[in-house]
Amino acid sequence: MFSTRNFNRSKPVLFILILFPSLLWAYQFVIGNLGVNPIEKLMDELGLMALRLIIITLMITTLSNIKPLKSIVVLRRMIGLFAFYYVCLHFSTYIVLDHFLDMQFIIQDIIKRPFITFGFISFLFLIPLASTSTNNMIKRLGYKLWKKIHYLIYPVAILASMHFYVLVRADKTEPVIYMGIIILLLLHRIFKRLTRPQLAQ
Amino acid sequence: MKILSSEITPYKTYLNRRKFIKGSLASALMATVSSSAFANHNNNSSIYNKYLNESDKLNSYEEITTYNNFYEFGTHKKHPHLNSGNFKPRPWTIKIDGLVKKPQTFDLEKILSKVTIEDRVYRLRCVEAWSMVIPWQGFQLSELIKMVEPLSSAKYVQFVTVFRPEEMPGQQKRTIIWPYREGLRMDEAMNPLTILATGLYGHEMPNQNGAPIRLVVPWKYGFKSIKSIVEIRFLDTQPETSWETLAPWEYGFYANVNPNVNHPRWSQGTERRIGEFKRRETLMFNGYEEEVAYLYKDLDLTKFY
Repeated sequence: MFSTRNFNRSKPVLFILILFPSLLWAYQFVIGNLGVNPIEKLMDELGLMALRLIIITLMITTLSNIKPLKSIVVLRRMIGLFAFYYVCLHFSTYIVLDHFLDMQFIIQDIIKRPFITFGFISFLFLIPLASTSTNNMIKRLGYKLWKKIHYLIYPVAILASMHFYVLVRADKTEPVIYMGIIILLLLHRIFKRLTRPQLAQ
Repeated sequence: MKILSSEITPYKTYLNRRKFIKGSLASALMATVSSSAFANHNNNSSIYNKYLNESDKLNSYEEITTYNNFYEFGTHKKHPHLNSGNFKPRPWTIKIDGLVKKPQTFDLEKILSKVTIEDRVYRLRCVEAWSMVIPWQGFQLSELIKMVEPLSSAKYVQFVTVFRPEEMPGQQKRTIIWPYREGLRMDEAMNPLTILATGLYGHEMPNQNGAPIRLVVPWKYGFKSIKSIVEIRFLDTQPETSWETLAPWEYGFYANVNPNVNHPRWSQGTERRIGEFKRRETLMFNGYEEEVAYLYKDLDLTKFY
């Protein structure tokens, strides 16, 4: 049931499911159906979607440690790329719709406001991940180097959740839940590494 | 350029238009009848409307009543609109205590019978960098203060919001320390711009906007304009206020709108006027500099933000 083949087969459906919200929000934005402050709403929805997808890629790696679910890892690349897609939309909403390309203001904002800085660095770190995602790149870089580059997903996830945490004014429950999940997933990795049987030299 | 006061819809016209406003018509009618039975209305457009700029267009009733910060009903902007249906703004009493000659508890109707309700169209600037233009109905806070005769030792006024977790689901969670509290210096409270509002768009104050009575201080960030007030206390020392207690490095007691003093997490230099695409420059004291700047001439506004 959880064979590589079946996971691969589910990809087109997943693709549409994950793409769909962005199309829906774009449509709602255009017809004026995103509430009273549509730019803020669009930015929030896109950002939250990106954060959730980043966390899902981390979860997939953890789940793939469970023997029968080993093959789930074939979904990771697509979801990771979608996370990048949503981050790009989130960032361009901020630049174009929220600040109307006022670059002087935006640069100030990125430097001065910690929560914008966190989000921006997180975005920058995702670029090498997205651009080394093809099979060809893995081959060219070699799996070891490729894997090292992709450790960047950890600072990306932590910074993204901090970006969300700092932005909230009073009720921090939701960002704390996301941070908690990320910390658990990272702890699991550390635990796995510490208990891994040493390879013979 | 200033707009003519004749371009602003006066109270009577709102009353006639009220039937077109979406929402619970029956209760709106009932409520309006009950309060107009007690309050006098000034049908001349308020002189204060002239302080709006030409580009200040009124926000719609829908915008004003579906996008609110009122954590008593939840922390999302839509929560107050969605979760305030069970709130009962009548009957209502306001307790006046502290340094006054006549500490007493007033029925709201009794207060309304002694004041004159007038229109005040004000800009509202939220600390989160969005803004609206809202046609309030209310009366000057100074009228009430004169009525209760504070002692000369009273230097500050504190306001307290009602605490009813069974009607205000947001209060069941400790997002901030309930009840919500705010405060003003006595001269700020006596300033003619400062009002207690009991309605908007000629409609009884909707629950999500702070029914039945709330403060409106247009040159300060919106969180100073405390909603659903049940207690007003006169003090000789600066009172604690909710947001300042929660995060003193971010929110001060004064909270004057000031484009030159940024919130530590975001710029206050610009704002999004709800309904507009491009951001606007934020104005000093939210554009009420002429009327209020003198209150702060000896104050370092970067320290007392």
